[in-house]
Amino acid sequence: METHIPERISEFVNNGEFDCEMIYVESEHSAISAALGASATGVRSYTATASQGLALMHEILHVVSGMRLPVVMNVANRALSAPINIWNDHQDSMSARDTGWIQLYVESAQEALDTTIMAFRIAEDHKVMLPVMVCLDGFTLSHVYEPVDIPDQKSVDHFLPRFAPIFKLDTKKPVTMGPIGYPDSFMDFKKQQQDAFAEALQAIKKANAEFRSELGRSYGDGLVEPYLLEDAKYVFVGLGTICGTARVVIDRMRNEGKKVGMMKLKSFRPFPEDAIIAALKKADAVAVFDKAVSFGQKGPVFSEMESAFCNQARKPVIHSFIAGLGGRDITLGHIEDAFKKIIKERQPSVEWLL
Amino acid sequence: MSGKKASRAAATEKKGKVLEIGAVVTNPGSSFENKTGGWRAMRPVWNKEKCTQCMICWMFCPDMAIPQKDGKRGETNFDFCKGCGICKSECVFGAITMEKEKK
Repeated sequence: METHIPERISEFVNNGEFDCEMIYVESEHSAISAALGASATGVRSYTATASQGLALMHEILHVVSGMRLPVVMNVANRALSAPINIWNDHQDSMSARDTGWIQLYVESAQEALDTTIMAFRIAEDHKVMLPVMVCLDGFTLSHVYEPVDIPDQKSVDHFLPRFAPIFKLDTKKPVTMGPIGYPDSFMDFKKQQQDAFAEALQAIKKANAEFRSELGRSYGDGLVEPYLLEDAKYVFVGLGTICGTARVVIDRMRNEGKKVGMMKLKSFRPFPEDAIIAALKKADAVAVFDKAVSFGQKGPVFSEMESAFCNQARKPVIHSFIAGLGGRDITLGHIEDAFKKIIKERQPSVEWLL
Repeated sequence: MSGKKASRAAATEKKGKVLEIGAVVTNPGSSFENKTGGWRAMRPVWNKEKCTQCMICWMFCPDMAIPQKDGKRGETNFDFCKGCGICKSECVFGAITMEKEKK
């Protein structure tokens, strides 16, 4: 399990500051199974994991989403073995992208906290009822200190009222959860899940907008966050903390008169195709930074960016950069070089920043 | 899953049946609607003369396909007996034999 989050939560519980039942288990497979069971009883359920732990959960991730249980989980993004590596990249959560969980990626500790609060609102929306992974970069976020504004209990309670499950396990009103789905119904339930992701696009935007009006902070429209994008011809696209590095490079290059900007992708599942197309309507070229690889294919974000634009009459030249695997540094220079490359080269390219 | 309108937020309907989200089944005992006896390849045949009414078969049947009333077992419920043969294996008195199911 991801270490710091449960350590701190156990302190809260021990100090009597947090009314919750903390369940200690022997593995991540059990952790997510316990969260599943707890959620089925109609209580708000949460866990946190990273890397191999998320991989070990994989089987049950599908069960949680298929049972439409709004569990929220923080994933401290880290590499998957082998070779053994504990450092940051996105291979763990990208490998879980088809498990039916909403995936939101965050750039700062503040955004991690705010997005985790929003995640419960999104997950528990009766039109959504999907589990949410809030993905934060391992080490660059999970193991650093940053000042964070912690909203007061009253404001959070107003933004996030009590969980009202559609169904719960209750001996007074018994239901069956997790039954067999024969071929005549299984596919219909999968279609319901897919439709719920369309609803999630709206629910994410709504949660983000209401968080702004009630708690004073927001992140783009909740799906994508622009930075100096209005007149940008050359656009950086990435997820998570790398966007903070990109902001510095963009500021520097703007001072030199270069029309550069950023589209931070916050929601990877659902993939906000319409929002992306709208955000990049003026872009000539895009540099997509992936901290993961779909082996035998391409960077997962890059593939989906290509897919989003494949039927568009006007599309930017989309370049792929595979970077930062297993904690390798992504420097200001890397991002500046990427901008210089996409300004100069008019053919799409794929580059590993080795 | 039947007999009700899909009133909840995300439920859908198909051929008059409500498909609740997450495949939740809201009417208890609905497994009676799903007759699983058709899976059977071997059929348990109960020899009443050898049977001592010890109820071991009733206790072990995983599908509750052996009924019991007032301490006496009844004929196997072939709507749900899958022919697993546990009753035959457990019967101490050889009162159950397995025969090939005829179609």
